[in-house]
Amino acid sequence: MTSSHRLPPQPGEVIDRAQRFTFRWNGRPYQAYAGDTIASALAASGVRVLSRSLKYHRPRGLLSADFNDPNCMVTADGEPNVRAAHRLVSPGMSVSSQDTWPSLRFDVKAANQLVGRFLGPGFYYKTFMRPQRLWPAYDKVLGRFSHGGYAPTAPDVDRYDQRYAHPDVLVAGGGPAGMAAAVAAADAGARVLLVDEEHHLGGHLRWADAEGLEILRELRAAVQAAGIEVMTDSVVTGRYDGNWVSVLQRSVPGVRERLVKARAKHMIVAPGLIDRPYVVGGNDLPGVMLSTAVRRLVNLYAVKPGERAVVLTANTAGDAVAADLGRAGVDVVRVLDARQDEDVVRIVGRSAVRAVECSDGAVVDCDLVVTAIGWTAPLTLATVSGGRAEFRAEAARFVPVGLPDDVSAVGGIVGDGSTDQLMEHATAVGREAARRASHRAVALAAGVPHARVTAPADTPAVAIPDLRPAAHPMLSLGRTDGIVDFSEDVSAKDLKSAVREGYDSIELAKRYTTATMGPSQGKLEGVNSIAAVAAATGAGLAETGTTTGRPPYVPVSLGALAGRSHQLLRRSPLQGWHDSHGAAPLYAGSWVRPDHYGDPAAEVQAVRDAVGIIDVTPLGKFDLRGPDVPDLLELLYINKWRKLGVGSVRYGVMCAEDGVVLDDGVTGRLGPEHYLMTTTSSGAEATYDWMERWLQTERRQWRVHVTPVTSNYASINVAGPRSRELLARLTDLDLAPDAFRYMQVRTGAVAGIADCVVWRIGFTGELSFEVHVPAGHGLHVWKALLATGSDLGIRPFGIEAQRILRLEKGHLIVGQDTDGLTQAYGAGLDWAVKLDKPDFAGKPELVWQQMRDDYLRLVGLQPVDGAVVPPEASQIVEDGTRIVGRITSSRMSPTLGHAVCLGLLAPHLSSAGTTVTVRLPGGGSIQARVMPELAHVDPEGVRLRG
Amino acid sequence: MLISCPLCGPRDATEFRYVDERRQRPDPEQASPQQWRDYLYVRANPSGPARELWLHRSGCRQYLFVDRHTLTNEVQTAALARTEGTR
Repeated sequence: MTSSHRLPPQPGEVIDRAQRFTFRWNGRPYQAYAGDTIASALAASGVRVLSRSLKYHRPRGLLSADFNDPNCMVTADGEPNVRAAHRLVSPGMSVSSQDTWPSLRFDVKAANQLVGRFLGPGFYYKTFMRPQRLWPAYDKVLGRFSHGGYAPTAPDVDRYDQRYAHPDVLVAGGGPAGMAAAVAAADAGARVLLVDEEHHLGGHLRWADAEGLEILRELRAAVQAAGIEVMTDSVVTGRYDGNWVSVLQRSVPGVRERLVKARAKHMIVAPGLIDRPYVVGGNDLPGVMLSTAVRRLVNLYAVKPGERAVVLTANTAGDAVAADLGRAGVDVVRVLDARQDEDVVRIVGRSAVRAVECSDGAVVDCDLVVTAIGWTAPLTLATVSGGRAEFRAEAARFVPVGLPDDVSAVGGIVGDGSTDQLMEHATAVGREAARRASHRAVALAAGVPHARVTAPADTPAVAIPDLRPAAHPMLSLGRTDGIVDFSEDVSAKDLKSAVREGYDSIELAKRYTTATMGPSQGKLEGVNSIAAVAAATGAGLAETGTTTGRPPYVPVSLGALAGRSHQLLRRSPLQGWHDSHGAAPLYAGSWVRPDHYGDPAAEVQAVRDAVGIIDVTPLGKFDLRGPDVPDLLELLYINKWRKLGVGSVRYGVMCAEDGVVLDDGVTGRLGPEHYLMTTTSSGAEATYDWMERWLQTERRQWRVHVTPVTSNYASINVAGPRSRELLARLTDLDLAPDAFRYMQVRTGAVAGIADCVVWRIGFTGELSFEVHVPAGHGLHVWKALLATGSDLGIRPFGIEAQRILRLEKGHLIVGQDTDGLTQAYGAGLDWAVKLDKPDFAGKPELVWQQMRDDYLRLVGLQPVDGAVVPPEASQIVEDGTRIVGRITSSRMSPTLGHAVCLGLLAPHLSSAGTTVTVRLPGGGSIQARVMPELAHVDPEGVRLRG
Repeated sequence: MLISCPLCGPRDATEFRYVDERRQRPDPEQASPQQWRDYLYVRANPSGPARELWLHRSGCRQYLFVDRHTLTNEVQTAALARTEGTR
């Protein structure tokens, strides 16, 4: 299609006529220039209908021709809900209308207009209530009528990003006032960030006369000269405590959306004013536009919006639009001046404007109706900053009052005046903003220890010239009922009937009718909604009040909120070796670990029969020093530590203050005042915080120094009956059973690496030595163990084999075999709890638990049919359905050839020999026997003490 | 929300972890079940000035006593728990 409605070059146009290209609209090719929005390019080709309305599927065309336009949500290159009057069109772009069937031009659902009485306010709540069992069917059908495009099903290939900014002054809005304020603040020495929603700075100056365009050129040059950081096509979406301002930045190369987290010392709100639609019959017909929409089309995009126009004006913007139309060759057949009590009674047409009924009885044929009946001040950013919206009846609009000290407002939301007056006011506010920001900077710097702060000279506050809204007639609801909320298809009649049904507060009527709850979010329809409710209740606008604006001000993609993925992945120094030797990766907490090397059962066998090695580097490790370490250990662990001698290690369990098992691990005493503590891999961070909390708050007098050393050591567990034989080949430490007994620790060289910490423990149930090697030498020792042990049948084993081994041995895993309610006795730790200690974390709860008999207990379980492994989390039931416990760990034991489990079980069933019923997740159930011990293999501990 | 860490200066709240209200641990030998469970589970949750314990987890890892207004999130003082009241 050719650009039949394109005008000759306009002085302020933003299109580049040298770059012309083709894009597609509903499958057909259209022409566009670089700089065109999707909507302006379509308008230039005479396309008037862009969408169908939500409920009644009425045809809709451009209304405000900017981001807020409720009538032009389209799907562009697969992206749904694109704002066609804002998104720039690009070569080859494929654009289609949304939610129309079979086509935009002939939409079957337009039949909704005929049944409109069933779709009145609250129809959703009333119509589909009964019978309740049909709701899933209703839901399915209603879903097809829902607004918006279809979310793409393919993965999103676009990139999203985040950044931080620390401007002294952030200016939200780049019209003449915002630009003047930004320049003034920058000239006063402030670092300034200027944010504007549009693609170009300038606000309404962009469609001003020659003099205005000259001011705009000067302002843009001044912004550039002042070194101001400018973000166009960007929106301040919210303001939070301490002027933490979120900015959504759209036009960043290579990034679809970027969220800027700006910590501003001062914020200036400068959103300008929004042209308010007139509520009158037929006001949503294609061809009814706001004055600002027409001025954009003519002046920015050189588009002729119609042939015969009627203009309804109550202000200078309406007067100017008549002049613009005349210049564009549009026949302005009638100008109705609301200031002279002239009015539009009704707009007539079926699929587009055909005529206007005027208040003097005349019916004027036309294809374009332009209204300029008043302004809405967008106050969301001011009110979320702590300000209030106050109604000024004489000016027919709300103004912001009560802004906090670090937020100011300039431009149209404050008041009216000539461009010079607005800029003069904004300049003063900008200078004052810079002054306050410098004071704030000093206050912040004073909070930095050892900072040398020079207080600025105490300059007096800048005098701000008076700026107030000019008198303006209040126009909102016309003589006939029209659409109030174009997004949600809510009419003035709907709002009035909601009030009659008792929803007589603005907040209730809003929710009942969904007015202001659609994509426009009250920007265009907010004041008209209030006016409709006020008209029905008889109250004034001020008493009716506003709805509560909340961030974000515009839609923000989940991608922008998530930003780039910065997920930390911790790798042991041995992980590269695991990767290159066929290890299946296991992501556990922040670590990647070897799950197995292909055959976990064979790995288990190697450990039971010969020797295996496993990388246990992620174990939390803490170096504890000081005379009061025993006190700390006594406090944190439920068992006793005071008698632990140098050269010994002990297994310990920690509980929280509620007695719930928190963590476990082995801690060894390396010297008189030197200990090495290990924790679970996933619990290391929390345990560190827990230790420090005691040392920094309740036990400040203790002399203990905690150093996290998890990553300083590569940790290797050497396990199996031949582990001693293997390790002896690589160290001079005396490993003889009597010289290095179970639960002892030695320090020395292993494979030539000095300062290794070796302790003899038995998580796997086998004779084993855990070697903590200075991290840089971990790989060397790992390889040396494998090479030296080749004749002994050595095998590396992974987490899965370790889990099987420990389960065979009945060693619990905190968080797997315990949960957030498992106190120490419930975890079978009776032997460890020492209630005769004067104090330890969680002691009172354990004292009370010991006196009770009402808690689940951890027990060993074996299915009667040893070939069946009940999945972990299978419920244990009694009398058919009553849940009395669950399986916490289960595996097939390669050692026994029989399924083995741990489970939490109700006390009356937990004695050895009891048979219980385990429900399998897929249906059916099996019998399992409670075992006398947690350990299924070697309960006497012969193997690990050997 | 900004918290002025005594060691690091004013920092964004995301660097910190809220730990608890500032409370005294009862003597575990003397405490009644009611007292102990109040200590574990009952919080004043004031609407206004609050005395809290925070951890500068992504910074100096120090526990701080923070006096904060829960309605405005304004932080009046933040002091090292380790040394507060000792000098």
